[in-house]
Amino acid sequence: MHLHNPKRDVEVSGPLRVNDLVSQLGLSREAVLVIRGDSLVTGDAKLDDHDDIEIRPVISGGAQPRSARGARP
Amino acid sequence: MRCKRCTEPAIIEIRRHRTSFCSECFLHHCREQVRRAIDKHRMIAPDERVLVAISGGKDSLALWDILLDLDYEADGVYLGLGIDDYSKRSQSFAERYADTRGAKLHIVDIPAEHGFGIPDAARATKRVPCSACGLSKRHLLNRAAIDGGYDVLATGHNLDDEAAVLFGNVLQWHVDYLARQRPMLPATDGFARRVKPLIRMGEREMAAYCVVKRIDYIVEECPMAAGNRHLRYKEVLNQIEERTPGAKATFYLQFLNEMLPHLDQVAAEERSMVGACSRCGAPSSQEICAFCKLVEKVG
Ligand code: SF4
Ligand SMILES: [Zn+2]
Ligand SMILES: [Zn+2]
Repeated sequence: MHLHNPKRDVEVSGPLRVNDLVSQLGLSREAVLVIRGDSLVTGDAKLDDHDDIEIRPVISGGAQPRSARGARP
Repeated sequence: MRCKRCTEPAIIEIRRHRTSFCSECFLHHCREQVRRAIDKHRMIAPDERVLVAISGGKDSLALWDILLDLDYEADGVYLGLGIDDYSKRSQSFAERYADTRGAKLHIVDIPAEHGFGIPDAARATKRVPCSACGLSKRHLLNRAAIDGGYDVLATGHNLDDEAAVLFGNVLQWHVDYLARQRPMLPATDGFARRVKPLIRMGEREMAAYCVVKRIDYIVEECPMAAGNRHLRYKEVLNQIEERTPGAKATFYLQFLNEMLPHLDQVAAEERSMVGACSRCGAPSSQEICAFCKLVEKVG
């Protein structure tokens, strides 16, 4: 199957469960969404060879710097 | 896997609630969680005008969408940070959403109005970009809310954001920061009320919300965020969450229930130290506020 995210593209062979794919890629389930075509799939879904899969990271680092003393956020 | 509410095929599993939902029921869940946060912390009264801080990312656009769906009178404000391409692209996501929804978006462009961007500010102050960025956001978003006559300023901080900030504050026992890490900060002289209606929503749920509602947002990270402290805290918290679903929610929501009431005095003392900036009149505990100092340094 074809995997892509904003940074890279990879081919992986199926069939494979979503949760297994995520752990094979060394990712945390909390940190990504798996999208097949244009719909979300749950961890138990089985992915096939011909699927087009997006692994979308969901963690943003938008910093919340600690505010300067007295400058109430 | 099936939706626990209606038994249609599920599209998302939420382990900390031991549940899974189809698209319809997931959207219902999101609106309910936001409504609960708003009610519990008395964030917004039904007839109040809300200004939503929009970055073009998933959280702020989803928040705006949910507030509009819940029938609040909610306008957006986008702050142009002058981070080259990234700012241009995120602004276009914000504008596109406003267009499709027929909603009103104010644009405040820091380079156009103050002659510098966040990268310039970071160079001039020799500090991390997020520090100049954070204080500029606080100042300018508040000003936009006050000048526009809005009752309340809403930001898209989610459960993961708040848990990461809490983690950092606890690691260093910053009691004064802890005292003001509140989901609702009441209006005071010169400050609009500030609220965080997404505190019950995980970051992953917010991204999922945008996928389900087909809201296009900027997926890529702010280039200035790399390696920042809060990203590391989020990673650590997610490792704990993997093994113990619900750990993040307990950590943060129990802080609100069990700890914050003990810190009311600290927060009140701090508020009493706030005066007005001699240049711009904004509330500040010093003679010149942090934003005016920044303008002076960069200018
Ligand atoms: S990551 Fe830092 S510089 Fe970028 S938008 Fe967030 S606070 Fe500003
Ligand atoms: Zn359902
Ligand atoms: Zn000032």
